[in-house]
Amino acid sequence: MNEAEVKIVIKNGRLVDPASKTDERCDLLIENEKIADMSKKISVKDDYGVIDATGCLVLPGLIDMHVHFREPGREDIETIYGGSMVAAKGGFTSVCTMPNTDPVIDNQALVRFIKLEAEKGPVNVYPVATITKGLKGEEISEMGELINAGAVGFSDDGMPVMSSNLMRRALEYSRMFDVPIITHSEDLDLTDEGIMNEGRNSTLLGLKGIPRESEEVMIARDVILTRLAGGRLHVAHVSSGGSIEIIRRAKSDGIRVTCETAPHYFSLNDDAVAEYLSMAKMKPPLRTEDDRKAIIEGLKRGIIDVIASDHAPHSMNEKMQELEYAPFGIVGLETTVPLIVSVLVRENGFSYLEAFDKVTVNPARILKLDRGELKPGHVADVAIIDPEKKVTITEESMMSKCKNSPFIGKEMYGSVRHTICNGNVVYSAP
Amino acid sequence: MSSLKRKDLLDIQSLSVEEILLICRSAKYFKDIFTRSVKSVPILRGKTVCTLFYEPSTRTRLSFELAAKRLSSDLINFSVSTSSVVKGESLIDTVHTLEAMKVDYIVMRHAASMAPHFLSRNINASVINAGDGFHAHPTQALLDTYSIMEKRGSLEGLHIGIIGDIKHSRVARSDIEAFKKLGARVTLCGPPTLVPDDFHLYGVDISYNLDDILPELDVINLLRIQKERQKGSLFPSLREYHRQFALTEERFRKCREEIIVMHPGPVNRGIEIDNSIVESPRTIINEQVTNGVAVRMAIFYLLAGGAPLEEMNDERGGSENSN
Repeated sequence: MNEAEVKIVIKNGRLVDPASKTDERCDLLIENEKIADMSKKISVKDDYGVIDATGCLVLPGLIDMHVHFREPGREDIETIYGGSMVAAKGGFTSVCTMPNTDPVIDNQALVRFIKLEAEKGPVNVYPVATITKGLKGEEISEMGELINAGAVGFSDDGMPVMSSNLMRRALEYSRMFDVPIITHSEDLDLTDEGIMNEGRNSTLLGLKGIPRESEEVMIARDVILTRLAGGRLHVAHVSSGGSIEIIRRAKSDGIRVTCETAPHYFSLNDDAVAEYLSMAKMKPPLRTEDDRKAIIEGLKRGIIDVIASDHAPHSMNEKMQELEYAPFGIVGLETTVPLIVSVLVRENGFSYLEAFDKVTVNPARILKLDRGELKPGHVADVAIIDPEKKVTITEESMMSKCKNSPFIGKEMYGSVRHTICNGNVVYSAP
Repeated sequence: MSSLKRKDLLDIQSLSVEEILLICRSAKYFKDIFTRSVKSVPILRGKTVCTLFYEPSTRTRLSFELAAKRLSSDLINFSVSTSSVVKGESLIDTVHTLEAMKVDYIVMRHAASMAPHFLSRNINASVINAGDGFHAHPTQALLDTYSIMEKRGSLEGLHIGIIGDIKHSRVARSDIEAFKKLGARVTLCGPPTLVPDDFHLYGVDISYNLDDILPELDVINLLRIQKERQKGSLFPSLREYHRQFALTEERFRKCREEIIVMHPGPVNRGIEIDNSIVESPRTIINEQVTNGVAVRMAIFYLLAGGAPLEEMNDERGGSENSN
């Protein structure tokens, strides 16, 4: 991927750059891995590669700040390389890998390992390292060492930090690096052995419920701890309307908190569990229709900063089990763009700027990445998306080795045509 | 309604009122056979029934096996302890094995809610749910319904109390659905930890005081209290549970003369119900067991495409099959 002197001109596209709030017809020239020119009409020279983006959006390469690539440990399910290929197909040029692998990413050698593996792949991989050593929730990780090795944030994702005191220390200590502490907000005592949202559907189906309060009490605790300790809190995968209200208040109180949701929380409610069984099982669980609407409203008002897929591959053997025994999580890298376009833009009237700042400039700012925007001189990460083109998600069409998705069989709008990372075309739709 | 036009019997929710009544009417026919010296009929000859139990059960499994045998089917039994499931074969592989053996009916009991629904989507055989997790126990609800109809003719307008651990009870969920469909008024009674507000979605009343509702009840169905729930702090002690929610002799005296006392079994004597009441003529626990076999025979028969039976009595009178 390091051909010298690649020159690509993207013609006739609709350039959407949420960072500068630009949404206009504009050509874009890429030269030497950077954006060389952006103007109404760039004349094509002989040595230029040309991409005709007529009818397409030309966006900054998308950033997914929450993926699970399962390496090291479960390379049979997904790898850093394989996951990176899937990311490129989904329009993403940067991803953050969560550290709950086996072994967990709690030392600098493992952070370097991920960076090294990622060099073989098409996209930028930014490791998130653990908040606590061994994900045990007992002692904070060597944050400085981990950042030196390439970590961009800290999370015990998959597990909450149940100790309030430890959470306070992690937030305090992280202040000297100004990195986000990314929380998986769940009170395990309240979750008990729950497997889906507690409410009408869990009652009807006789499935153990996870109350929304399991998420909300931990978010409330963590924003209060952030007020005490300082630091930057980023709440992962927000699923309930109550959580959004807590975060809204914290933001208006001046607490440094940001948050993300995942596409399934604005696309589905917990009616999906009876229909898709384990394919609709994830943590936090799908909530009610009121919550889904609140998530959409939270995105619209900018209370929710980021959309991240929480891409969580699981083998079919593991998923094709009794709902209670199947693991939590679904894949999302290949369905994020169609769901943003179909649900947010088409069904809920989001502008492209409103919809796509959540996967470009916002995560870039939270993670302090010099990416996620389109401007001359900037690194050339670009996603070219046809928002009018229908895509049908099928097992065959999915590149992901794991097909654990409730969206299989669904027809949606929004097709990724090309993904350009560091100036190189890393994916083109067939 | 000619027969059950469905492959599986998974829950009450998916059954129509007509289907419930059809099953009950057919059960009457099969119950009449029990009084004969020859109790079996050749309806399922050449068919194979497999009882697949992932959770221990004596009476439900026996009831299904007896029903299958009285219909002259071949019967195999696959009992799996939960521990070997964890180590061993997955449900989907077990099912493929049974499919390869050309089993016609799978009667499944499973500790995980929705397991029979998962199974039914992946197999051609008929799946009959013999109880899944906290979710559904449709044949129990059908035999409960039939048992009440046998005594009262209809459920319309009856006030039925279901007492105990509603939250963790598949019997309660299926009973509620069946009783409500047939026009009964249902009141749930137990501590709030075991009777969550979410149950209002079924259109039932909820009471935390048994003495308040007892004099109004036509039917009282006492659920078995699982002792291990105490560990989860859902109630503080069996003694306190007994004091608040048991059908004691003193409480029994406040009941209506014609009350029907039911229990899905096995009974914790002296906990949900005092010993002497178990033996009362108003208690129909043993008849429920007899009726269970008849109802399950009817279900096998109707799932096999059996037409409505001529001899049966019409419980409600005046419906399409009366003659």
